[in-house]
Amino acid sequence: MAIEHTETTEHVVPKRVYYTIFVILMVMTYTTVQVAYFDLGRFNAVAALLIAFFKASLVVLFFMHVKYAPKLIKLFVLGGLFWLAIMLGITMTDYMTRTPQEFPMSRVNTVQPLPAAHVPTALLG
Amino acid sequence: MSEIATSEAAHPAHLQHHFDSLQEQSQVASLGMWVFLVTEILFFGGMFTSYLVYRSTYPDAFAIASKHTVILIGAVNTAVLITSSLTMALAVFASSEGNRKSTVNFLTATWVLGFTFLVLKGIEYTIDFHEHLVPGAGFQMAGTNPGHAELFFSLYFIMTGIHALHMIIGLSVLLVILYMARRGDFSPEYHSPVEVMGLYWHFVDIIWIFLFPLLYLIDRHR
Amino acid sequence: MSTAVLPRENYLNTDYGLRSWFLTTDHKRICILYLLTITLFFAIGGAFATVMRLDLATPAADLVSDETYNKMFTMHGIIMVFFFLVPSIPATLGNFLIPMMVGAKDVAFPKLNLASWYIFTAGGCFTLWALISGGVDSGWTFYTPFSTLSSNTNVTLAALGIFIAGFSSILTGLNFMVTIHRMRAPGLTWFRMPLFLWSMYAASLIFVLGTPVIAITLLLVAAERVLHLGIFDPARGGDPVLFQHLFWFYSHPAVYIMVVPGMGVVSEIVAAFSRKRIFGYTFVAFSSLAIAILGFLVWGHHLFVAGISVYSALVFSLLSYFVAIPSAIKVFNWTATLYKGSISFATPMLYAFGFIWMFTIGGLTGLFLAALGIDIHVTDTYFVIAHFHYIMVGGAIMAYLGGLHYWWPKMTGRLYPEGWGKLGFITVFLGFNLTFFPQFILGYMGMPRRYHAYPPEFQTLNVLSSAGASILAIGYLIPLVYLLWSLKYGPIAGPNPWGAKGLEWTTSSPPPKHNFETTPIVTEPAYNYSELEETAVV
Ligand SMILES: [Cu+2]
Repeated sequence: MAIEHTETTEHVVPKRVYYTIFVILMVMTYTTVQVAYFDLGRFNAVAALLIAFFKASLVVLFFMHVKYAPKLIKLFVLGGLFWLAIMLGITMTDYMTRTPQEFPMSRVNTVQPLPAAHVPTALLG
Repeated sequence: MSEIATSEAAHPAHLQHHFDSLQEQSQVASLGMWVFLVTEILFFGGMFTSYLVYRSTYPDAFAIASKHTVILIGAVNTAVLITSSLTMALAVFASSEGNRKSTVNFLTATWVLGFTFLVLKGIEYTIDFHEHLVPGAGFQMAGTNPGHAELFFSLYFIMTGIHALHMIIGLSVLLVILYMARRGDFSPEYHSPVEVMGLYWHFVDIIWIFLFPLLYLIDRHR
Repeated sequence: MSTAVLPRENYLNTDYGLRSWFLTTDHKRICILYLLTITLFFAIGGAFATVMRLDLATPAADLVSDETYNKMFTMHGIIMVFFFLVPSIPATLGNFLIPMMVGAKDVAFPKLNLASWYIFTAGGCFTLWALISGGVDSGWTFYTPFSTLSSNTNVTLAALGIFIAGFSSILTGLNFMVTIHRMRAPGLTWFRMPLFLWSMYAASLIFVLGTPVIAITLLLVAAERVLHLGIFDPARGGDPVLFQHLFWFYSHPAVYIMVVPGMGVVSEIVAAFSRKRIFGYTFVAFSSLAIAILGFLVWGHHLFVAGISVYSALVFSLLSYFVAIPSAIKVFNWTATLYKGSISFATPMLYAFGFIWMFTIGGLTGLFLAALGIDIHVTDTYFVIAHFHYIMVGGAIMAYLGGLHYWWPKMTGRLYPEGWGKLGFITVFLGFNLTFFPQFILGYMGMPRRYHAYPPEFQTLNVLSSAGASILAIGYLIPLVYLLWSLKYGPIAGPNPWGAKGLEWTTSSPPPKHNFETTPIVTEPAYNYSELEETAVV
């Protein structure tokens, strides 16, 4: 019934590829734990996430065969990540640009009393 | 669809009536699983967004709170899950070759590793409980704003809990696949259940690959 | 072309008995199951609306207590949004038509399709349980911290009900996407597909990408209530506005789940009843996808006064305007299709016109709301209520009824009575506008939503609105009665009573169990009406 998709015959990945990927993943796990004990400042988070991203990509590409999969599946994987980025990114545009007054979370824990005639949204002023 | 007797005599045993070939059927199955995994990305995405918002707002409290997680169990569990992904991939490989014995063996290994993960996770939760890390009236933590630390542990329990729930679902379905494999259902032409199961299993592994650094490894050096 | 008898064997009479319905995997029967279920939910949701409009006929809060009123609008919203509007066109017409339009025997995963209905029903039962055992008063939006810390009603149960029903949405969307990708008949390329398929694909994208987020968000609310894991708890430094971000990440696109399938229905109807190919087919097709994608970038316009940053509010406001572009493309192209078409004003076409009218008013007032300055003035007033009812009730239900009438002969093999059909449309159209147009004015004058007492000067408009609601209620009953009547007494329709194009009209009505005698082969674009000159039009 399908028209343009019948081309994909299954691609058999040689076994040693799986073992190689496994070894890399284990080494990366060890590395990420070790790196966490060094003080890299804000780059600790960057390093941890880069390693996680690298590991995840290996799993997706080789264990999940996306490297050999039809374009459509690659598109879906990228689409999922793109939508995750939309959610993370656009939500953060709000939090990164809030002034302290606009931050209800910090209000609870700061001792500074709010000005008497405080208008809750800066939009009005 | 087995109840529908079609007139075609040469109908392969596992072919559903609305498909023309097993190959088409298996492509449809794996596309379906991929679409499902996309929804899973966004399902976990809601939690990752909450995590990102609070971690960027309370970096210090999160750093201190995360040092209370049991890193040894977290790291061992990462290794356990990665190994289970390997055995799962090998099970898919074996089933595509029609090797029934090694399919069963690798699936069993995957199940045992997955179960090990859950047992270790259970032990870790018990330790967390005894250290008063469960949010609520009994929560205690010195050295930081306890509310913010509680926020960290709320996220920790929600994220690892939902991940564990995915593991439990995966293990249950794996039992069915294992049963089918033992019965000899799979062949080079028909093994898409193993393949689709594998996709799900690797995905759950990937979620943990991100949870581990995000929850256990924040500023360990402090 | 028309025959005097129904086809001897069709999907309705191949098997009999409850078992053959409750265990069916036939997408057409599953459509009927959904049709019955959502009609029930519509009636329940409508009953709540009736009580509210009765109470609002007088300025005093005299019919029900404050608590009851809060529960009324909450349950009205929850049931209408999650258990009627979201599944309305996709689960019924979508289920029935997608496999037929792609020329397949069934959807890609028939068992999953049946499971979706069970999951939906289970979620509905949970929510009804919450309703019977005391109700919910948090509003359908479940805003924290009220829903998590203050409300002592059945928020947890209702949230879990929606959580469960969400999986039904996800699985339905998944099924449709895979069906459209993989099950198309030979020759049916993407650009030969009817526009209904394009719009269902776009809606499925939203199902798949948006629904998991509302599921996890409501789960977090439930976890906060039951397990005291305070994700949104201000006392621990949690941010209630974060809840609103996550909630509207789904709930803004959800509006397009309701309206984009309706746009697909309208495209089919407009083409069939003006005997023309849809003007600018490609633009209309891509504008569905554009709406689905852009719809995910604008959720912050619900948060303008919630305390988000000024800069982010500006960006959300700007992005919200962009959604108007693909929407306007559609309205423009439908109108252009009518130009020099041989138009016939059958009931489905009237509903399509109704849709275009309501959607235009609802869409334009949406632009008012996207503007920061006006939004702050009318936030949480009846202006907002009127706006989204024009889109969701005026738009989505008009399209739903139009589609139901258009494909009714295909689904049942019988025609509805045309005169009654027109009467039903006129009643619904007048009743609807009389109900909701006064609410724009009320809102602009400052009447807030979710209150049941108001100053006496608002009474005239409120009485008008309540009067309109009673007309609207009668308007919904008329089709219910004559559609049921037509099941037995309606004239036999024959395979293609409208002389319409499309694969679903090439098979008998009602269709056989496997839809087609042989797998169809498609050789022409959609709506190839130019070569049809002589066909009779009802
Ligand atoms: Cu919106």
